[in-house]
Amino acid sequence: MVEAEKQERIVFSRPKALTDTTTHYCPGCIHGIVHRLIAEAIDELGIQDRTIGIAPVGCSVLAYHYFDVDFAEAAHGRAPAMATGLKRVQPDKIVFTYQGDGDLAAIGTNEIIHAVNRGENITTFFINNAIYGMTGGQMAPTTLPGQVTTSTPFGRDVRAAGYPLRVCELMATLAGAAYVVRRTAINPREIRRLKKAIITAFKVQMAGLGYSLVEVVSNCPTNWGMTPIESLEWIEKNMLPYYPLGDFKVAEGVENL
Amino acid sequence: MHEEVIISGFGGQGALFAGQLLTYAGLAEGRHVSWIPSYGPEMRGGTAHCTVIISDEPIGSPIIYRPTSCIVLNPPSFEKYEPLVKPGGFLIVNSSLVRQKSARTDITVVEVPANDLAYEIGNVRVANLVLLGALLGINPFVKLESVIQALEEHVPEQRRHIIEPNKRALLAGHRIAQESRQAVH
Amino acid sequence: MSSKILMKGNEAIAESAIRAGCQAYFGYPITPQTEVLEYMARRMPQLGRVFLQAESELAAINMLYGAACAGVRAMTSTSSPGFSLMQEGISYIACSMVPAVVVNVMRGGPGLGNIQPSQADYSQMTKGGGHGDYKVLTLAPSTIQELVDHVGLAFDLADEYRQVVFVIADGMLGQMMEPVELPEMRELRPPPAWALTGAKGRPKNIITSLYLNAPELERVNQELQAVYRRIEANEVRYDTYLLEDAEIAVVAYGTAARIARTAIRRAREAGIRVGLFRPITVYPFPYEALAEVAGRVQEMLVVEMSAGQMLEDVRMATCCRVPIRFFGKMGGVVPLPEDILVEIEALAQGKPALVAQEGA
Repeated sequence: MVEAEKQERIVFSRPKALTDTTTHYCPGCIHGIVHRLIAEAIDELGIQDRTIGIAPVGCSVLAYHYFDVDFAEAAHGRAPAMATGLKRVQPDKIVFTYQGDGDLAAIGTNEIIHAVNRGENITTFFINNAIYGMTGGQMAPTTLPGQVTTSTPFGRDVRAAGYPLRVCELMATLAGAAYVVRRTAINPREIRRLKKAIITAFKVQMAGLGYSLVEVVSNCPTNWGMTPIESLEWIEKNMLPYYPLGDFKVAEGVENL
Repeated sequence: MHEEVIISGFGGQGALFAGQLLTYAGLAEGRHVSWIPSYGPEMRGGTAHCTVIISDEPIGSPIIYRPTSCIVLNPPSFEKYEPLVKPGGFLIVNSSLVRQKSARTDITVVEVPANDLAYEIGNVRVANLVLLGALLGINPFVKLESVIQALEEHVPEQRRHIIEPNKRALLAGHRIAQESRQAVH
Repeated sequence: MSSKILMKGNEAIAESAIRAGCQAYFGYPITPQTEVLEYMARRMPQLGRVFLQAESELAAINMLYGAACAGVRAMTSTSSPGFSLMQEGISYIACSMVPAVVVNVMRGGPGLGNIQPSQADYSQMTKGGGHGDYKVLTLAPSTIQELVDHVGLAFDLADEYRQVVFVIADGMLGQMMEPVELPEMRELRPPPAWALTGAKGRPKNIITSLYLNAPELERVNQELQAVYRRIEANEVRYDTYLLEDAEIAVVAYGTAARIARTAIRRAREAGIRVGLFRPITVYPFPYEALAEVAGRVQEMLVVEMSAGQMLEDVRMATCCRVPIRFFGKMGGVVPLPEDILVEIEALAQGKPALVAQEGA
């Protein structure tokens, strides 16, 4: 018995950068995974006491309850501008925004483009689940052609509603972008790759190389009307062909981090 | 002492700069002063004017309708302001460009071929200060020395070379106006 | 020789902010306040402070919000259309209770309007221009010296009440030059305990304006209202000119007030007993002081460069105890002293006895 206790060791626990709080996210939502990975990255990099997060308007509006770091809540779409203000006056801090597709790619397109283009040393985690989750499932800028939402009840008609916006491809064209990658979290392998990208993104900021943005192709079982498993399969079958995973911009110096 | 001055010309003729120098001079003499430009699209190549008030009293409105002294650098300015000069006031006209003659008998009009004089000095851009010198020659509400001092103090380092021709312009205008004053008297 | 220097209003705003310890400025070009931005672009980097030209006023106000969350003194400046764009951010800043300073150099509106001086943003500035129950302490300078003084004061008041503070100017004050005495350069103050500086050796700080629980949001609102009551109790400022024996009180602020001053002086020369009541804080509005004036003058003349926005506050203050005449210019037209004099004379003509008595 004593021998057995001696052999016990902790192999899994809550990251320090996460609070001991039950989240409000729906069962099966990928937000929880991404939160955890960010917190693990903060722990591993030892930056908890100098990291400042910015929550968007959207499902992750309450992210500040879940991370144990200083946090601000931004107006809808304005997180990159707010992050710019926070970072410019204290360049030694690590500032990240956590934004959904409506927040970043619709109402906040201007702010993200210009923050990236200025090469702000900020990190953005962009959760793309092709829908407005918090308001109940309306069309997002990233909603796929033909996809049914509450505001595209007959499926997204690109002739009327335009085309889904590919954010990484767009951001990669900007000179201020240092690290722009798209990942997902639909299986353990992809989750491991996502975590690596999150760590790299923070390292890019710490090295002062410019803007880092990690897009996570994500799900919304509730508003997609699927079980969590079905939603992961839907990502693979429908989202990834339109939003291919990969590295869209890896500036000089990032490889060596 | 309460003087309300309008200086008006084409953008680029230096009406605003002449007004600023006058304002600095008034300040140096311990008066209350204000300067306000016309601003916006009209600054870009159109007419530009400024209003300068120099007074023993705190200044209320920096914008006035009828000046006690007025410098017009071009014909449109003459047309606009010649009728507005207060009776008993002074109108300094750049006769190099303004062909019109004032018919007013209730004000003192001094015509100065400012562009020609500036050209003689070697820099046509100092016509503005020829006219300012002339105004102070006929209506010495601030001292010419104060304007020269303002010129020396407020021209930035990289533009020091413009001080000398501007000084000569002030003096030339001042002399002409004093001569004309003697002629009037 | 005086120690005064001649400064353009917009440049005076910028230099005064710098001397008050402004560590970050975010702005967007818009006439007639662009010289603030240009001045900051030169001076802030020289001092190792933050200057950033934003991609819009929307971004500028949110950058300001971010810098203010970091606990530094920060400012933006704009003119009317840009100020409209900032309303969302201002509402967030008000609710989050972070100090910040916003200068509005007003121009003619509505719409794109023009770039001439105006006072038509009064209601937007004093009644809470964005969504929700908030108000913003608003200082209304009338001279360039006051602009300098008020910008410094705005930073102090913002810190004291943890609120955004406005300085309300207009194109005329922004563009004109007057002698000013600048204050000494102040030390930068350290960030307050609530600031987002990284949770080192302390529990994390959160700055938010989101309260999903209604009673909790009501409590936050009550807290805000308590701040406004304190501001109303402590920060009312106004000025008077020749008002002691006046039969007619002209009520005006900012540019309109200084123009009225000239008209009043001329009217006095003509024997009319007229004086000026000038609100310096337009929120909090000097209701009580003006009510007292209403009790001892026979008439009031409200002069504004708008259709009559402050007029509503004057009516509220005086409770119809005196007849009020209104003279307003709109669309960027600046009233001349002559215009106001005509109005004063029109009021005075109702009292020939007074004029005769003064003339005698």
